[in-house]
Amino acid sequence: MSIKLKAEQLESIHSHGEREYPNECCGMLLGRADGAAKEVSEAVPLNNLRLDSARAQELLPLEDPGRESEKNRFLIDPVEQLRVEREARKRGLDVLGYYHSHPDHPARPSKYDRDHAWPWYSYIILSVERGKAAEVTSWVLSEDRSQFDPEPLKL
Amino acid sequence: MPVKVVIPTPLRQYTGKSDSVEVEAKTVGEALAGLTSRFSDLRKHLYNEEGKLRSFVNVYVNDEDIRFLQKDQTPLAETDVISIVPSIAGGSTTCCICS
Repeated sequence: MSIKLKAEQLESIHSHGEREYPNECCGMLLGRADGAAKEVSEAVPLNNLRLDSARAQELLPLEDPGRESEKNRFLIDPVEQLRVEREARKRGLDVLGYYHSHPDHPARPSKYDRDHAWPWYSYIILSVERGKAAEVTSWVLSEDRSQFDPEPLKL
Repeated sequence: MPVKVVIPTPLRQYTGKSDSVEVEAKTVGEALAGLTSRFSDLRKHLYNEEGKLRSFVNVYVNDEDIRFLQKDQTPLAETDVISIVPSIAGGSTTCCICS
């Protein structure tokens, strides 16, 4: 199990996280997989739909709107997701997973991340500390959904 | 009539690695039932214990979300393509005490 990224893709994830700070950023990882070994061809920045709270609430309501917002939650618009995925499939690329940022929070998956995760996908998390990109980690949901397993991130 | 169901990458391990499956169905509900009867491991990822589609699963017929059509009663035409689109959400915790 591993995920390979190019330096420029990591840099684009860093820039996206810094640009969107103090809000969470999110994006799609496209590429090819050979079993559990993934190689990213593109990191595609997407919009955090939590910034459009009415539409986001229609799709996946927040549990505690008084304490949750785009600063600590992200949601990808399935319309945008489907469009990018369809276009990627025409180029022979698959969706390998997604990235998102944790503003002023460690690059460790939360319970909320785990509750919403899908198997097999790589979940790359970027910590953005006071506006600056810091640690990047990658995770895959365990088979029984009980935890995220750390995934080696190779450059 | 036969319709194509596009399978997202995390669920292809349950469909013999196929990225799309053809099923005979007149409605979205029939199509998903046909899919899960053929590939029973898909069921727990698509449906909750009450047999309802999980809120983390978006289903599109061509470019339209079935939530805004007739949900699982949405009728299908022969060239329709059903896409299963995993809801992608997450975020950091709201307080540092939480796990």
